Amino acid sequence: MTDGVRDEWPLYEIFVRGKRGLNHVHVGSLHAADDEMALLHARDVYTRRNEGVSIWAVRADLIVASSPDEKDPLFAPAGDKVYRHPTFYVIPDDVPHM
Amino acid sequence: MSHVHDHDADHRSVYDGLLGGDDSRWAFGTDFEDPLAGVDTTIADDVDAAALAQYCLMLGDDALIYSHRLSQWASNAPDLEEDIALSNIALDLLGQARLLLARAAAADASLVPVLPAGSPVPAEDALAFFRDESAFRNVRFVELDIGDFAVTIARLLIFSTYRLALMQGLAASRDPVLSAIAVKGTKELTYHRDYAARWFLTLARGTDESRRRLLVALALVWPLYDELFRTHSIEQTAAHQGVGVDPASVHDEVDVLLGRVFSVSGVERPDVPATGAVNQGMGRDGRHTEAMGRLLAEMQVVARAHPSGRW
Repeated sequence: MTDGVRDEWPLYEIFVRGKRGLNHVHVGSLHAADDEMALLHARDVYTRRNEGVSIWAVRADLIVASSPDEKDPLFAPAGDKVYRHPTFYVIPDDVPHM
Repeated sequence: MSHVHDHDADHRSVYDGLLGGDDSRWAFGTDFEDPLAGVDTTIADDVDAAALAQYCLMLGDDALIYSHRLSQWASNAPDLEEDIALSNIALDLLGQARLLLARAAAADASLVPVLPAGSPVPAEDALAFFRDESAFRNVRFVELDIGDFAVTIARLLIFSTYRLALMQGLAASRDPVLSAIAVKGTKELTYHRDYAARWFLTLARGTDESRRRLLVALALVWPLYDELFRTHSIEQTAAHQGVGVDPASVHDEVDVLLGRVFSVSGVERPDVPATGAVNQGMGRDGRHTEAMGRLLAEMQVVARAHPSGRW
C-alpha cells in the first residue's frame, strides 16, 4: 500500500483477569490499529461472555520469547531437581492460593 | 425427580455442564444478572397504561429495528474484530427491545397480535414478528438501509448519542421497569457512543477516501435527524405522567455532544433538507420508508411461516 498505509493492523496479545482470577491469563490475540483500539477489540472479542474485570493488551512484536531451539539448555537442567519444589513443608490449611 | 423431564432444569443446566460443577473456572463467564431482578412490575394506578404501552413500543421498536440493521454486518464487517463489535452492539439493543416489548405487552395486552390457540410464541416475539409495518412505532432514522461502514458509524454515533440521552432521563421514570431498563441501557449505550465516536474521528481524519465516504454518509442520514426530536402525543403524555422523556428535551444536549465530535473531526453539519411527513405522519405514527417493508419481510418471514413454532 502507498502513503504509509499498512495493509494489515499490528497484532496484539490479550490477557484477561477474571472475577475470581488473581492474575491476567493469556486468552488470545487480535489485530488493532493502535493501543486504544486493541483494548476495545479485546473487550468485544474476549469478554463478551462476562469473563473479565481487567484487560492487558501487548503488541506482539514487543514480547521477548524464548526459542524452541533453546528448549533443552533452558529447561532440561531443572527436570531432575526435585529438591527445588517446596514439597517437604506442610502447608497450613488457611494459607490460600498455594 | 431426576427422571421427570423439566424444561427449566434443562435451561439452568447449560452453564453447569460447561463448568463441570466447578464454579471457580471463569473462562465461560459467571454471575449472569437478570436486569429485572427484584423490580416491582405492577403499573401505578395513576399511570395511563395504554400510553405507557405505546411509549414502550416506540423505544422498543427503535432498538429492535436498529438491532436488525446492525446484525446485517455479521460475517460482512471489514475485520473479524469489527464484526464481533457490531454484533455485540446489535445484541445489546435486541436485549433492550425484548424487555421494552415485553413491558408494552404487560401494560396493554390488546397490542399483541393474536396467534393460533396454543402457540408458544411469547408476547414480545408476537409484537416483533407478527405486527405489520404500520403498527411499528420506530423513528425512520433506524430503518434506512445498512449502507457502507461509514454510514454505519455516522448513524451509530447519532443514534447512540440520542438514545443515551433519552435513557439517562428515563432512569428517573416513575415506572420501575422502564427505570431498570434505562439503567441497564445507559451502560451499554455509553460504550456504543464511545465506539462510534472513535471510529467517526478515525474515518474523518484518516485517508482522503475514508473522509470522503464519511461525509457522504453523514449527508445521507442527516435528513432524518430532526425526526428524532419530534414529540409525538404519546411521548408527551408519557413525559407528563413522569414515566417517559420528551425527545425534544434532549435535543440541545445531543446537538452539543455531536458538535464536539464533529469539531475534533473537522466535519460540518450537512446542509440538507429534512425528510418530511408522509400523510401527515412520521415513523412514530407508523409511516415508514420503502426500506422498512423489505426489512420486515426478511426479519419476520420465518416466524410468520411457523406461528406455532417453538424456538
